[in-house]
Amino acid sequence: MSASSAFNDDKGGSSSVGEAEYAYDPVSGKIFSSDYNRHDDLKEMLDSNKDSLKLEAMKRIVAMIARGKNASDLFPAVVKNVACKNIEVKKLVYVYLVRYAEEQQDLALLSISTFQRGLKDPNQLIRASALRVLSSIRVTIIVPIMMLAIKEAASDMSPYVRKTAAHAIPKLYSLDPEQKDQLIEVIEKLLADKTTLVAGSVVMAFEEVCPERIDLIHKNYRKLCNLLIDVEEWGQVVIINMLTRYARTQFLNPNINESLLEEGSGGDKTFYGSDEDEDEDDDEKEKEKKAEAAAMAKRKPYVMDPDHRLLLRNTKPLLQSRNAAVVMAVAQLYFHLAPKAEVGVIAKALVRLLRSHSEVQFVVLQNVATMTIKRRGMFEPYLKSFYIRSTDPTQIKVLKLEVLTNLANETNISTILREFQTYIKSMDKDFVAATIQAIGRCATNIGEVRDTCLNGLVQLLSNRDELVVAESVVVIKKLLQMQPEKHSDIIKHMAKLTDNIQVPMARASILWLIGEYCEHVPKIAPDVLRKMAKSFTNEEDIVKLQIINLAAKLYLTNSKQTKLLTQYVLNLAKYDQNYDIRDRARFIRQLIVPTEKSGALSKYAKKLFLALKPAPVLESPFKDRDHFQLGSLSHLLNAKAGGYQELPDWPEAAPDPSVRNVEVPEWTKCSSREKRKEKKVEKPFYSDSEGESGPTESADSESDSATASDSRSGSEESGSGSESESEEDSESEEEEEEKKSKKKELKKPVQESESEQSSEEEDRKPEKKSKQQKSDSESESDEDEESESESSPSESEDSESEAEVKKKKKVAESKPPSKPVKKEKKEMSLLDLDDFEPAPSPQVTPVNTLLSNSLVTDLEGLSLSDSVLSPATIAPSSALKNYELLHRITGEGLTVEYCFSRQPFSPDANMVAVQLQFTNNSSSDTKSLHMEDVKLQSGMRVKEFPEIELLPAGETASAVMGIDFCDSTQAANFQLCTHTKKFFVSIQPPVGELMRTVFLTENEFKKEQGQLMGMNEITEKLTLDARCRNEHAIVQRVTAAANLSRVPCGSDKECSPPVRPPDHPVHRFAGRTVTSSSLVLVTVATREEGAAQLTVNCEKMVIGTMLVKDILLALTQ
Amino acid sequence: MIHSLFLINASGDIFLEKHWKSVVSRSVCDYFFEAQERATEPENVPPVISTPHHYLISVLRHRIYFVAVIQSEVPPLFVIEFLHRVVDTFQDYFGVCTEAAIKDNVVVVYELLEEMLDNGFPLATESNILKELIKPPTILRTMVNTITGSTNVGEQLPTGQLSVVPWRRTGVKYTNNEAYFDVVEEIDAIIDKSGSTITAEIQGVIDACVKLTGMPDLTLSFMNPRLLDDVSFHPCVRFKRWEAERILSFIPPDGNFRLLSYHVSSQNLVAIPVYVKHNITFREGSSQGRFDLTLGPKQTMGKAVESVLVSSQLPRGVLNANLNPSQGTYTFDPVTKLLTWDVGKINPQKLPSLKGTMNLQAGASKPDENPTINIQFKIQQMAISGLKVNRLDMYGEKYKPFKGIKYMTKAGKFQVRT
Repeated sequence: MSASSAFNDDKGGSSSVGEAEYAYDPVSGKIFSSDYNRHDDLKEMLDSNKDSLKLEAMKRIVAMIARGKNASDLFPAVVKNVACKNIEVKKLVYVYLVRYAEEQQDLALLSISTFQRGLKDPNQLIRASALRVLSSIRVTIIVPIMMLAIKEAASDMSPYVRKTAAHAIPKLYSLDPEQKDQLIEVIEKLLADKTTLVAGSVVMAFEEVCPERIDLIHKNYRKLCNLLIDVEEWGQVVIINMLTRYARTQFLNPNINESLLEEGSGGDKTFYGSDEDEDEDDDEKEKEKKAEAAAMAKRKPYVMDPDHRLLLRNTKPLLQSRNAAVVMAVAQLYFHLAPKAEVGVIAKALVRLLRSHSEVQFVVLQNVATMTIKRRGMFEPYLKSFYIRSTDPTQIKVLKLEVLTNLANETNISTILREFQTYIKSMDKDFVAATIQAIGRCATNIGEVRDTCLNGLVQLLSNRDELVVAESVVVIKKLLQMQPEKHSDIIKHMAKLTDNIQVPMARASILWLIGEYCEHVPKIAPDVLRKMAKSFTNEEDIVKLQIINLAAKLYLTNSKQTKLLTQYVLNLAKYDQNYDIRDRARFIRQLIVPTEKSGALSKYAKKLFLALKPAPVLESPFKDRDHFQLGSLSHLLNAKAGGYQELPDWPEAAPDPSVRNVEVPEWTKCSSREKRKEKKVEKPFYSDSEGESGPTESADSESDSATASDSRSGSEESGSGSESESEEDSESEEEEEEKKSKKKELKKPVQESESEQSSEEEDRKPEKKSKQQKSDSESESDEDEESESESSPSESEDSESEAEVKKKKKVAESKPPSKPVKKEKKEMSLLDLDDFEPAPSPQVTPVNTLLSNSLVTDLEGLSLSDSVLSPATIAPSSALKNYELLHRITGEGLTVEYCFSRQPFSPDANMVAVQLQFTNNSSSDTKSLHMEDVKLQSGMRVKEFPEIELLPAGETASAVMGIDFCDSTQAANFQLCTHTKKFFVSIQPPVGELMRTVFLTENEFKKEQGQLMGMNEITEKLTLDARCRNEHAIVQRVTAAANLSRVPCGSDKECSPPVRPPDHPVHRFAGRTVTSSSLVLVTVATREEGAAQLTVNCEKMVIGTMLVKDILLALTQ
Repeated sequence: MIHSLFLINASGDIFLEKHWKSVVSRSVCDYFFEAQERATEPENVPPVISTPHHYLISVLRHRIYFVAVIQSEVPPLFVIEFLHRVVDTFQDYFGVCTEAAIKDNVVVVYELLEEMLDNGFPLATESNILKELIKPPTILRTMVNTITGSTNVGEQLPTGQLSVVPWRRTGVKYTNNEAYFDVVEEIDAIIDKSGSTITAEIQGVIDACVKLTGMPDLTLSFMNPRLLDDVSFHPCVRFKRWEAERILSFIPPDGNFRLLSYHVSSQNLVAIPVYVKHNITFREGSSQGRFDLTLGPKQTMGKAVESVLVSSQLPRGVLNANLNPSQGTYTFDPVTKLLTWDVGKINPQKLPSLKGTMNLQAGASKPDENPTINIQFKIQQMAISGLKVNRLDMYGEKYKPFKGIKYMTKAGKFQVRT
């Protein structure tokens, strides 16, 4: 029990504070008396109705599970608490359930209904965790329930729940592979998801369930490439690995021309390396295979598919990731997919990883070792980074040695050998042995240093350490085999070593050498045999075999001196314990000793034994490992691991690239310039309405000259050409828009802006083009037509709403005269109406009398000049709502109310104008009314209202102040001071007041919306309030809740014939946040019977979420 | 992906296990123990071990092996990186990552592991998100929880999980807004017997401690950004901006994080701030060896070299050492043969030295290997590469933060061969 008493502390888990815990723990004293008792106590605690006791019990149970103790007999007691209110208890119950459900399937079913209920919970965290646990319970009976839950969650509006659904897919698949087909459907659906949160998880599911269904990726390829940089790091790894495989099946080998060149010139490879020679052999075969393709390529110069380029370009920044796995994934992608000239970029990043933990180093070095065989030049500049330190673990040292050896060539061999010399003196003998082998390999690979190396190794023969000597002998043997005639003295030297060296492998090597080259040492050889014969019985098997060998060879060359010795040795061998040796002896005797029975073979004995043997090849163990995908487990183990997906060979002809086109299925790839352009003209409508990112041309034409410089000239040129054109065209638009968005863009995370910009560009082009071609191409999407038809009803209703509002609201006494005469759609969209304030005339409210004259005229001018243009928006100021700032009683007679006037605060555009209305209900005058001591959250600013010098009793006065809320709903606190009193007050804005209206056309709206997808989009389903089912009411409620302007429907299609009003109109509203000018886009799509869907797109997610809540409230009540 | 995780302490006890899929018997660890036995040193256990049905991928941190069980193909670095992230998280939560700390907090550990992986695939590894889900144990909170019965587990979905800046919590508030940046550079060098530099390079990191209210957007620019050759960023840094302007622009995570690690381009000659004069000899036939070591500063730009620590693995034949340090203290462990000399600060006027004799095993022959000398040191207020931060600006928030930048140079893997 000592082990468990050591665990006493952790019984309390997080709540343990050493000894103090015992006081709190009521039963700890006897808890360990016996197992049964303990469990009874725990059961009691679980059955109690105190959460704290339950929690305590669960913590202990979890601690038991953690130690691997069996706690399964508690299952019934635990499972009862699955619906416990305490969230921590619940979580721990989940942990328990997932651990033991498989063993207790029947009981586990009791908990299922809880999770099913959880799946319907409004809180996304609860939905997600219910799905997580439900799918983790490995009980086959609930497979259909899981399937249903996954399907439902896959279309959940919370991306987090969808992510959980993606995680659940492989769980279900491993539980019941029969479900594969249905799961693939879900995967297909989730693959189309545009949020970064889901992308990684669903690709993971794809890899586990259906990695062979590469066709599912086509449509999502570009999206994945573009999202990649924003996906969380683990997802990135999975996606990159999958895309590597995908690219291998879909694109052409970018090095196809180079390999052809190499064939002609022999390349710049060195001729020394044995691996080189081998390589060329292999290459030859490959080349033959590819000869046809290559020939084709010769005729038609290789042009990289723009999608291929997109992948390379979008992954490159990830080399800078802090996550080693991501860096490695990109590195292998480049190694397998990039043109040779570009692969070099990965070297630096991989070398950087060598600074990381030793496990990371281990894996990286394995991969570098493989790479250095194929692409030596890449790592040559980093040679010194592979120098070995005495503090490296042995396995790292050996791998570094491998890399150094692979990198050795004539120019750097002298430095490398000098390094090796220091390594030989290391205390780590395994490492020294590896170094000697490395020297041997350098010597075989590089002819110039062979003699130097050999001499060095011979010197090592006098080393005191036997291991070193033995290893040297083995290596020398191999080296000598290459040119034995020159080195008889070395052989003699080694013959002498037989007296001292005990390592069997070394002895065997020496004997073999002497036997093989006995003609070079005719005197010594028989003597060695004599000595060996003496010690034969004590030798290891491997040595015995070599002694027999030596004897046979000597018998054949020098039978006079060695006949008897040979007989003796063979006789000894005949009675050896090892049958191999007995067999060998028998065989050799038959072969070499001529008898009448011996067959024809004995004539050839000499030829058999003393045939010229080819020199051994010392080659890297990492050779040819690159047929495994680098960075994979299989590569590391050099054996195929379960579930490994082979990296396919490049196709000989590229499959149809059009499969990746998202919207235009009939688009065929064409390399000619004109055709490309045509295609571009076609595309816009689709990409416009869909906001689909990723058409490759524009992405390709980005001025990324560093990577794009090589090999692909045709496609790139055409891309960039067209881009610059389009830029000119859209300049006028862009300029204004850019001004606005400049600030915004600064704040946007850079990754985002990259992908967005490319899509933005792409989206802009089409729009402009569609305008140009308006007259001839009426082929706009249905959606457009539908929405256009809305415009007429909406107009008529506008007037209604105003009338109604007038009645209701006394504050807004007069109505903005913004009755649109006729919309001027086209021009409108070109104008920057950002600052346009739709309604206000100066006399709208009494408050405005306090505005400075200049402001009044300003406003007047504005409304005059703009009223002509003013669109069918409903004046938002109609819905002004008063809030109380200071109550009559607390204010001692002074009442202050405020409202958000929804007019621009002229001294500072970033401020929200707040109208204050002071009423003096007391009997005395109030003097010098002003504000003081403003307490603000950071970043917020306030423009105080001008001091009101005198407020006579019973009178009312108004003032305007400006507050910059910094796009947050934090309150502005300040003191309101009169000549006698101070009151603490605070103004807290509803989120809807943090924005100003902005005019957008429908097209602009859709375009912007397309850029604010994913995380920036929040969708909520709702049932409209019964009184709020008509268009007018919806518009009125939305604009009342938030300062947004209505987006006119179908505004740019005035000339199209009137269509029947759609059954389910879609209402769109737009605004910008006051401080940061982030767009806020609201869409209310109505459905049958009052159902509706509310979508808010806003870059500021917090604002978006709050706005959804507010509008939801407004529409449902 | 990751099937199970076993935590094994230095004495070979499995003290924690966690399974994300069906249970894998802990007997699978026997293969690991076998490999451990074969390896001479703890760090020589191969990180990837293949067994008949599983693969074991392990990392060794703080003398604990974290052994992950894998059943099918997965990039090994993926697992290794994740395991290190787990250790970092534990360290973040408990201050230290020791067996005792893990056992004390076994429930929190379990809750963390549960959140970090789902079905073996990483779910939430960002410390900001985790801290919203499971609050780190503090004494105060433990007391409060005990009394009120409230929990450590957050009820809401962490905002970071859904945000475009998952590394930052929303609604951060501080009364004192501060941002500190530490530029720490490490010199990795191998010095020859004769004192010439074989290889030397500078690796640096910028660690930040940012405690700022709201959603600040920071930019950090350098006087000489060209020095930076190879960089890796925290995910918060905008890569495009760096590419274009060589400016670090980012919305920082809350609290401590590593903003950037970099490598200084190898064209620049590296200043080596210390030199070592050494004379370590063993004479043939004699059972004594001479040990003579002197340290001195060079190229330190007038800054003091502090916290100097010399260590050297002496040959196995050495039984004992009688040495006399001119300053500081030395220890010699006769079992591991590790000599360490805590020097302290180097005084340029009076150079520290360590002299004396080593006793060898009687009759043993002269060791033919020479020990290498590892040196650690620190130099405050200087980045050896000359990197300088130009300015730090904040956008997006209106208050004025307190900013601080500290430079330091340290020895990385600094070895002198003798």
